Parts: sequence; structure tokens; C-alpha cells
Amino acid sequence: MELHLASAAEISRQLVTKQISAKEVVHHFLSRISRLDAGLNAFVHIDTELSLHQAEQIDNRRASGDALNPLAGVPIAIKDLLCTTDMPTTCGSRFCAGYMSPYDGTVIARMRAAGMPWLGKTNLDEFAMGGSTETSIFGATRNPWDVGRTSGGSSGGSAACVAAGLAPLAIGTDTGGSIRQPAAFCGVSGFKPTYGSVSRYGVVAYASSLDQVGPMAHTVEDLALAMDVISGHDPLDSTSLPRVAPGYAAGLSQTPLRFRVGVVREQIESEGLNPEVRAAIVNALSVLKDCGGEVREISLPHSKSWVPAYYVIAPCEASSNLSRFDGAHFGFRAASGDGEKSSSPLVDMYSRTRSQGFGAEVKRRIMLGTYALSAGYYDAYYLKALQVRRLIRHDFDLAFQDVDLLVGPVTPNVAFRLGEKVDDPLQMYLEDLYTVGANLAGLPALAIPCGRSQAGLPIGVQLQGKPLDDAFVLQIGHRYQQAIGWRPSPAPLS
Amino acid sequence: MEAESGTALMNSIPYSVVIGLEVHVQLKTKSKLFCRCSTEFGRPPNTQVCPVCLGLPGALPVLNKRAIEYAIRTGLSLNSQIASFTKWDRKNYFYPDLPKGYQTSQFDLPICSRGFLDISDSKGAFEPKRIRFVRAHLEEDAGKSMHDEKAGKADSRIDLNRAGTPLLEIVTEPDLRSPQEARAFLTELRLLLLYLDVSDCNMQEGSLRCDANVNLHIPVEGKVVATPITEIKNLNSFRAVERAVAYESTRQWDQWKIDAVALGQRPKQTRGWDDVQGVTILQREKEESSDYRYFPCPDLVPVILNQSDLTDAQASLCELPAAIRSRLVQQYELKDYDSDVIVSQGKAIVDYFEQAVASGGPAKRVSSWIQQDILRLLNERQQSLSELGFSAERLADLTKAIEAGVVDTSRGKEVFAKMLDQPNLSAQAAIEALGIKSVGEDELMVLCRQLLTDNSKVIAEYRGGNPKALATLIGQAKKKNPNADPRKVQEICKQLIDSGAV
Repeated sequence: MELHLASAAEISRQLVTKQISAKEVVHHFLSRISRLDAGLNAFVHIDTELSLHQAEQIDNRRASGDALNPLAGVPIAIKDLLCTTDMPTTCGSRFCAGYMSPYDGTVIARMRAAGMPWLGKTNLDEFAMGGSTETSIFGATRNPWDVGRTSGGSSGGSAACVAAGLAPLAIGTDTGGSIRQPAAFCGVSGFKPTYGSVSRYGVVAYASSLDQVGPMAHTVEDLALAMDVISGHDPLDSTSLPRVAPGYAAGLSQTPLRFRVGVVREQIESEGLNPEVRAAIVNALSVLKDCGGEVREISLPHSKSWVPAYYVIAPCEASSNLSRFDGAHFGFRAASGDGEKSSSPLVDMYSRTRSQGFGAEVKRRIMLGTYALSAGYYDAYYLKALQVRRLIRHDFDLAFQDVDLLVGPVTPNVAFRLGEKVDDPLQMYLEDLYTVGANLAGLPALAIPCGRSQAGLPIGVQLQGKPLDDAFVLQIGHRYQQAIGWRPSPAPLS
Repeated sequence: MEAESGTALMNSIPYSVVIGLEVHVQLKTKSKLFCRCSTEFGRPPNTQVCPVCLGLPGALPVLNKRAIEYAIRTGLSLNSQIASFTKWDRKNYFYPDLPKGYQTSQFDLPICSRGFLDISDSKGAFEPKRIRFVRAHLEEDAGKSMHDEKAGKADSRIDLNRAGTPLLEIVTEPDLRSPQEARAFLTELRLLLLYLDVSDCNMQEGSLRCDANVNLHIPVEGKVVATPITEIKNLNSFRAVERAVAYESTRQWDQWKIDAVALGQRPKQTRGWDDVQGVTILQREKEESSDYRYFPCPDLVPVILNQSDLTDAQASLCELPAAIRSRLVQQYELKDYDSDVIVSQGKAIVDYFEQAVASGGPAKRVSSWIQQDILRLLNERQQSLSELGFSAERLADLTKAIEAGVVDTSRGKEVFAKMLDQPNLSAQAAIEALGIKSVGEDELMVLCRQLLTDNSKVIAEYRGGNPKALATLIGQAKKKNPNADPRKVQEICKQLIDSGAV
């Protein structure tokens, strides 16, 4: 079997049984990247030498009989929002072009310790703000299933590289759907864990109370293996949950015989939902029924407030989080003005630097957040949004008294055409209609492929669980993929 | 208001000064508020920094719990209410010494609320008074901007060693009514913080910083009119606070006489104190307060304190200066002034005093030896008590010997000097080594008769109404017999003259 048609778990088994070396695995994917990525633009940084060197080191460790993590030698692509000492961290922004972090984030350190070689850094919307990678300074990533369409975003590069068979695993981040939406658009599996399950230390912050790191892969089994590496308490992140992560991969087949599935009325009946997507979700529900799911309809009355609340809270936090990008200590600084005498050269430096360093979407969100936090508006916007957030959580709490799992669409539509929404921020924000609830409530949420449109574009289904029920959500997702006989099936690229 | 016009009348100044202070106290935790970097002062620039206090992308804060302990300890000692739920807020503004673009602080739920500190003056310079607090909250310090303007070219450099050092910002009510009270308040607050061992309180190193808000209340036609409030910055010593407030009140009075502009009719001014010129200089006028866009920091979790945290903190509190002062007066019958001097020197001197007394030293004599000799030496030599090498037990022996009349006070100083030179020498051994023994009455009588015989002029002066003339004999007496007690020599001479024996 060709390696890019194998799951990470299958590659792992071949490595463990020494049928293949890590160097061969890395080489295989690097050669696919060099051949195919030009047409996709999934990667923003590749370092062949570094990747092969890391692979060699793990082969040596294996040869010397070291006890290794199951994913040792399985290469991974990393969203360029995570700080790495041996590759630049650009955040898709002019601001951080060429920025080298002096430290590894916790997720990076854990994957490094597990012996996972890097395949490179992947493209994203600037500072993870967007749903199409079109706000990246590196240009948009193309959807492997239709290069005229978006890969989704913001973790579009990570989704596309897995979908194209350029990487068996990738790391993404999800603030409002940034793992799940591109996973759905590209036909791969992506998981946003319970808030606090995976450390945010070393992840360049967009909206701290919503950001969460998660894995992207072909199969849920691969997601579980990756979660075993990256999750668990981190003393460097105050919002990290103080608990030992369960063995996600080991527990994958412990599915209960019967479980209760809720279908959110406000989602399945919403007018904006594409009939092809609806049909695929209904089909997925019937598969879950066969797996022991007892399906009932439930209501999340505040669903309509998800996007408005999100687009107040996230920009507020972002406006503050991005203040450190001011040209004073690191990153981009605009050239000094045209020699005019200024009353405040410092303020001029700040405004020139931030005007030139940030793209339009980032500026838009900084402005939104700055406005909403301003004296006189705070109560009407930020405080109100926090109150709505509590109501949204309460909706979920009530729902999870009746069901174990919520199943529904990831996005209202399949991948849209590049350029189609780039000039219409509101249309772009509506992409997050079904995904931001999990971020606002901190829930674990899984997006897995559940069919194709007539045009052959992937459709995803979303499984959301109670906070801390990550293992259960992954179990059901795995059960589903087993039931439909899901295999890694990269997009056919020439 | 009546009290205020009373104060005004008393001072025969036609207004009263109203002062509120904002005091920033650097807590002496080993590491910073949200990272593990050292807080040590005076290291080479930017050597005590990490991704967190540099505000690098992706870095996250983790609370140093010791800072919370110190804040609780301080709050309890200031009679404040300690919040059971307190949180962190971001204060957003751009400045190069603030690398994140926001300061992590506490906005609406400070760790300490209200409270008070009593001040008084042992010489009675002002009436004892209770100064109330508005709040005390924790926040991180900023870095230091160093402006180097040589050769006409402005060059700014930033040292971020200080960035992230825990600060407790203590805000008083405008309860202070004179520059002297302001200084006394700061002195008492500093002493308290030193006893609590929560800060070095070194104004030169910036571990204690103070801004003063000042205005005047002027009685006009039966009503009180307030002048616009001025915030004075750059106060680098307690003396500077006292001088700046005094200057500023005079300045506001002069201004009032010119334009009669009242509070609310002119924006709040920030003025900088120029210590050399002795003036405050306008820095800026704020039309309205800056919009810092405070909001809860999403990277930190709220701090929840339960009753046992407070009980533990209460139990760990040491005896505080005010309590020690009154105890020294009651227990050892010291005068208020003497008790105040000893307590003001800090816990180590108080302990030293009490140990010396416990070892048999007479309290008042120990107190005056500490004030006159020990403190002077410590100051001259810039030493600590342990470096001085003169234990409380030896001070007890020395003062006991003086009290018992084994040595007089002036020879006692010689004994003290000898004991200082030889750290293992007991008072008794020093006395012997110096050949000090008490001189018998008969021997003294012979000595005095001889002195008077040799100095008939002195007798004449004494009889002529100058009793101090006898003092001139002491030098000669000492020459003849170094052990002669000067006090006794004078007494005997006086008797001899008065009785007509000479």
C-alpha cells in the first residue's frame, strides 16, 4: 500500500514492526509535497533537511531499542500559529514574516518528545481570523477536491495537506470552527477538544477563552493517537484542566451499546442548510441508529445568538491579544515616516506599523473588539455577549440531560469558491453558524466526513459531547467510521 | 467641613489641604507575578526575562501564589476586607515598557477593599488620626524606559527586568490634611510593610513609589469650595512628598487668588515634582480619564479565597508596629518617644532591645544605649546588628554594670569600645582590663579637697553664683584618678564649699 493511502495508525504499525523506516515515511510525504503542493499552497514552510534529520534520529532510537510512542516516526504538519524553535512562526501575517520563536509551545514540545518529525508549517488565515485562508499573506490554500474552491479555514493548510495525502496527520486550532469547517470542506476528520484539554502555551492567541488546539487526520483512530500525545495538564497554561488525560486510543472501542443522540432542531431545520448537506446528515443519523444510537430532536433556543455573541467576544479578546504586535520588541516595524516632524514619533511608529503589518480582516476584528470594549459600549456589547454565552452554555447543559451526543451539520454548505465571500465579511461569518457553539460552551466537537455532494465535494457531520466527554465523542466517531468502512481516501491529484 | 475650617483656623491659613495618596509597593517575592523570572534589583538589563514577561507570541501567565499571600497579609494588617473572589483584568494601552500592550491588573474586584491605618506623632506635631483606604490591588510592574539623550540624539532603551514584578497598589481616601501627615502616613505604612516582610520599601530602587492627589478646600461665604485636583508624580522620597504637597498647596492657593477656578471647571492636571527646583511642573491635562478598555483576562482563572486561607494568613501575622509601641510603653515603662524610636528602627532592633532586657539589662538604660550608641554605630559603619558583633546579652551586662555603679556612664563608653574591639570580651573582663574599680568615699574626699585647694578661682566663681564652674574640675579629677565618678566629684566639691569646709 502506498503510504499516503494509509492511516497514521497503519503507518505506526509498519514502523513498529520495522517494515519501514521513519526516514522512508518522511521521504515519501516530502516528495509528494514537492510534487503536489504548488497546486494547493497548503504549506508555508518546508525544511526537508530538518524533517529527514528528525526521522533519522527516531530510526536510531528505535534501532537502539528505546520505548517509543506509537506515533514516533509518524510525520505531522503544523498550523503556522504554533511556536516552533526550528521553523519560523508567521501566523500568516506580514507582522511575523520570518519570526523565529525562542521557545517551543507545549504541544510542539510533546510531539517532539514523542518523536514525530515535522513535515512543515501549514497555511492559515492571518492570525487564524477567517474561514478560507484567503486572509493569509501567503495567499489561499486550494481545496484538493476542487482547486477553484477554498480549503476552508482558518486551519485550511492543515486540512488540505491531509486531504491531498501530503501528510498523515496535522495540527490545527479551532476558535470558532477553524478545525472542523476545513475538515468538512476537505473530507478529513478534525477534532476540537474540550476547552482546557490541550495546552494553549505557545499557540499565538486569537481569542483566549475560545482557542483550542486539536488534531486533523483521515480517521478518528488517528485523532485519538494524536490526542494521546498532545493532551493533558500543562502547568504553563492556567486554563489547562487539572486532570490526567484518558488513553484516547486505548479506549476507542469501548463504545456503549446504546447511546442517546440529539438532533438540534434549529440546525437541521434551518433554511440556510443546503439540502445535499441535510440529506448527508440524515444518512449519518441512520448509520448512528444502527450503531445503537437512539435519535431524538432537541432544541438549543439561543442558537441564533451564537454568531453574534462569538463576533463580540472573539474580537474583544483579539483586540487585546494582538496589542503586543506593535513593532516595539519583535516582528515587523514600519520604516520611519518621511522626515516630517511629529508631535509623537512613538504613536506614529505604532500606527504605521500596525496599519502596514496587519491585513484587512485582522484590522476589522481589532476595531470591532476595541469598539466593543470602549467606555460606554462595554455593557451593551461585551458584557451582554458574556451573558448570552452563559445562556448558550445553559442550553447545552439542559440538552445534555436528555442526550449523550449532539449530531448535526458542520457547515451550511460545501466548500465555496475562492473569492466568493472574501469581500463579504458577514457571509463569511455565517460559515461559523453551527461550529461556534462548541467554542462558546467549551465542548468537545468532532467533524468527520459523511458523504459527497453531487459535484463530488466532501460533506462533514459534527458530533458534539458534554465537556470532558472527549473520549466518548471519539468512540462514537470511530464506531461510525467502522460502520461505513471508512478508509483514508486522499483527493486524486495529478 | 467644620473640622476642616477648624484646621484652617488653627493653622491661620484660610484653606485646608486635602491629600490622597496612591502607593505602589513592589512585593518581595523571589519570582515575578506571572512567570518564574527573578525579581532581583540591579542586574544587567534584560537578563531576567522569559517569553512570558517579554510578552512573546503564545506565552501565557501563571499566577505566583506567594504574591496573593503577601497581599492578604498586607490587607489584614491594614484592616481591609479581603475579597473571597478576585480576578485579573487587562488594562490596555500602548507603551514600549509594556510589551504585551496591556497590564494585567485588578479592576472592579480588588483583593483588598477599604481598611485604615492610624497615624500619630510622638512629639505631638499633629493630632492622632485614622487614614482610610479605598482599596489595594495586585498588578504587574512595567519595564523601565531609559532615555539617553546624548549628542542631541534621543535614544530610548527598554529594560524589561522589572516587567512583571508584583505590585500592590494601595489607594487612600483623601483623608490627609497636611504635608506632615502625608509624610507620617508614608513612614508608618513603610514601617508596617517592613515588619510584614512583604517589601523592601526602597524608594531609590523603586520598590516603593508614591503619587499624591492634592487640592484645597477654601471656605467662601459660609460654603467650602474645592480647587481642581492635581496628581503629583516623580516623588522620589518621603521628604519630596512633604515638600511637593506643601509647594502644590501654596501654588493652588496663589492660582485660586488669581482665577478662582474651582473643581470641575478645569481638567485634572498631572504635575511632576522637580526636586532640585523645588517646584511642580505641568505634565498634562486630562479632559477625561483614559479609556483603558479593562476586561477580564481570559488567560488567568479567578482567585477564590476561603476562610481557612484568611485564618492561616491571620495566624501568620507578626506583632505590628502600633501594638509594639504601646506594649513597650506598658511593659517597660518607656516614654512614647523612646518606644517610637526603637520600633521605627525595625523588628531587629525591637528584638535586640527585648533580649537585652530579658538578660537583665535595665529597660530605660538599654533603650538609651541603643538610641545613643548602638544606632549611631550602625549608621556610621553601615552595618547590621549581626555584623556589629555586640550581642544583646553583652549590652545587658554593660548596662547592668552601669546601673549598679560599677562603672560610670563615661567610663562605660570606654568599656563599650573595648568590648566592640574584642568580640569575646565580657563586660566584667573589659572593666578589669581597663583597670576600672570604684573609688571609696574617703579616697574621693581626699581627691576633692586637693582639687579645691589647687583651684581657688573655681570656688570663687561658684560662690559668685555660677554652679557650673565645678564642672571644670572633672577633667583634673579624671587625670588624678580615671575611676573617679564625675557626678560624685561634683557633689562632694559642692558639699565641701557649701559647708565652708574649704
